[in-house]
Amino acid sequence: MSQIEEVSLDKFKHLVSERALTGETMLLNMGPQHPSTHGVLRLLLELDGEIIVNCIPDIGYLHTGIEKNMEAKTYQKAEVMTDRLDYMNTMGNNLAYVMAVEKLVDLDVPVRAQALRVILTELQRIASHLVWLGTSGLDLAAMSMFLYCFREREQILDIFELVSGQRMMTTYFRPGGVWRDVPVEFEKAVRDFIKIFPKRVDEYETLLTKNPLFLDRMLSIGRLSKEVALSYGVTGPMLRASGVDWDLRKARPYCGYEQYDFNVPTRTEGDTYARYLVRVQELRESIKIVEQALNKLPLGPVRSSNRKFVTPPRSEIGVSMESLIHHFKLWTEGFPAPKASIYSAVESPRGELGLMLEGDGGPKPYRVHLRTPSFDNLGVLSQIVKGHLVADLVAILSSTDIVLGDIDR
Amino acid sequence: MDKKLEPIVKAIQDKFSATFEEFRDEVHLFVKPEQIIDALTLLRDEFNFELLSALTATDYWPQETPRFHVIYQLTSLVKNLSVQIRVPVNGSSPNVPTATRVYSVANWRERELLDMFGIEFDGHPDPRRILSPEDMEGHPLRKDFPLGYEEPQFTFNFDEIDLRKPYAKE
Amino acid sequence: MGVEQKLGNMGVVTTTLESVVNWGRTNAMWPMLFGLACCAIEMMSAQSSSYDMSRFGMELMRASPRQSDLMIVAGRVSKKMGPVLRRLYDQMPEPKWVIAMGDCASCGGVFNNYAIFQGVDEVVPVDVFVAGCPPRPEALIHGVMTIHEKVKGESFKQYAEKYKQTT
Ligand code: SF4
Repeated sequence: MSQIEEVSLDKFKHLVSERALTGETMLLNMGPQHPSTHGVLRLLLELDGEIIVNCIPDIGYLHTGIEKNMEAKTYQKAEVMTDRLDYMNTMGNNLAYVMAVEKLVDLDVPVRAQALRVILTELQRIASHLVWLGTSGLDLAAMSMFLYCFREREQILDIFELVSGQRMMTTYFRPGGVWRDVPVEFEKAVRDFIKIFPKRVDEYETLLTKNPLFLDRMLSIGRLSKEVALSYGVTGPMLRASGVDWDLRKARPYCGYEQYDFNVPTRTEGDTYARYLVRVQELRESIKIVEQALNKLPLGPVRSSNRKFVTPPRSEIGVSMESLIHHFKLWTEGFPAPKASIYSAVESPRGELGLMLEGDGGPKPYRVHLRTPSFDNLGVLSQIVKGHLVADLVAILSSTDIVLGDIDR
Repeated sequence: MDKKLEPIVKAIQDKFSATFEEFRDEVHLFVKPEQIIDALTLLRDEFNFELLSALTATDYWPQETPRFHVIYQLTSLVKNLSVQIRVPVNGSSPNVPTATRVYSVANWRERELLDMFGIEFDGHPDPRRILSPEDMEGHPLRKDFPLGYEEPQFTFNFDEIDLRKPYAKE
Repeated sequence: MGVEQKLGNMGVVTTTLESVVNWGRTNAMWPMLFGLACCAIEMMSAQSSSYDMSRFGMELMRASPRQSDLMIVAGRVSKKMGPVLRRLYDQMPEPKWVIAMGDCASCGGVFNNYAIFQGVDEVVPVDVFVAGCPPRPEALIHGVMTIHEKVKGESFKQYAEKYKQTT
């Protein structure tokens, strides 16, 4: 195992200001183990007193080699890797992956599966925003937010456990549909959640939205203009808080999002508080979508009947030789995908989660690229913290809602 | 192909004598490395492709020329269009001009490609590795880089692996 | 026996110093606030109101390694993180314990590749492995209870020997 190298200024000479070289400003290392960096992020700060002159993020402490590892697995088996990518948004990652595979091999998905996907990804979006709300509350010393948010999150995880058997790493969506139909208790569990959740959001808002201490920490810091945001490839709530109305669910509807009536909250201030407001508003919109999708939930099959790509149900295997062969072939060999490359993107809680998938005619992907939103959202950090206090850095960083697994892959 | 995309593809084709491929309604334009900055600038300024959604690469090893494709995925929010630009690069000296001045996001994305594929971006302001440790050798996403698979330890081969596993000391 | 009987109900208990110290250690074990990946989210769940690790005297997460005596390695350890992890471990005061939480920390999990240590026991010595991907909060609490059992059985002699080895 290699040792930690001594940090020498030579490597960062071109990134810090002149004054750092003469020792006039101070270089401060923050992380990789720091309670408010939300994981293992290292920031090298150049400080003039308390003011941040430069901020150099150093990432890769969670580099997992997911892209490379996916190339070594068949299309079905590579899916488990996507769960572990952005672990706050497992259903959304699965969705991005299965949609990419379906696009590559041209596979249809039954309507019931589509609706289930919408319900579950929206619940996941709520869960992800709740973790963000809880932890950013924690960063700003609002400890009770954390306890409240995790209380509701547990309820969502219970629903996930009900449908898939796992709390976090669900792998519930499969190419061509979902793993299996939801149990009968599903509807009641979701309805219970829909009933209580809007009230709970009100509760959070009474605690934070007009709280003077919270406003002092959040208002007009970390301002991000529209042009800078676009140039840095920022997407998701961060972009919408800067006044760009861009949501892939509206702009390029997938999974039948066009049937549901929801708004895309935007703000124009572009500061930390605007990002907070956008996300809280998204909580309300998401629960609206869940309710509509549940009301409309059609009956029918949940997996495509295309036996070239989707394994037959258990009951068929016992009676049909052909099904047995399909089952065997699909699980031992996998299915071939054409020699071509596609890009497909979904709106994750953090922004545009894109997948570039390239097949080579065989059962394994030739190249998978994960365009993860946090990577670009973090890239802009060094621009928006300049001139702020170190204490503000914590608030700004938590408002970008990064997940290190998503950045380092 | 989307109707709205046709004039754009035509313009790029005429200007840079680019070829194009189409698959499932996605358009891939192929341009030469030295033209990429002009092409990106043209697309950003004339055709409103404000967002560089993805910047990545693929390795076609053992084929030598072109070994890599550097891929630029562009999105236009105003027109709601996407187009992909591919730059074939040969394997012996993979050099592409940097797009940092056109899209700032290219800074980190190019560092990632430098790290993962060893593709050099001329004029890049900060050419360091981004994800791997500084002292790492090789470029992991190249096809000739091994996956690094280690044999898992089960009951039947427990002792054998136990002997060579580098356990940490207190 | 003996003393207690003579003194009657004066509120005196006799025991060995070892068991008092170990009892104290189990009930005020401060883990290090340190999450790596997905498992850290489950570690946070374990602290939240539904699972409430503080029932076991474990809620006080310290952000500084110098104040903590339990390291919960919650998540995968990459080649870049390994040296940092080791340094954090070295900074913790003796006696110290390590829980490897999750499959990745125990054996590499689903990531058998160039970037991840195949088991964190290549970096730091581990006392308890908790299986699962991610382990449920109950599983983590069980891991913690297992470490309590282990601590209760330790003797000063062991500590002394361990200390001799390290210096
Ligand atoms: S064991 Fe599973 S949940 Fe835990 S860090 Fe590894 S992949 Fe994530």
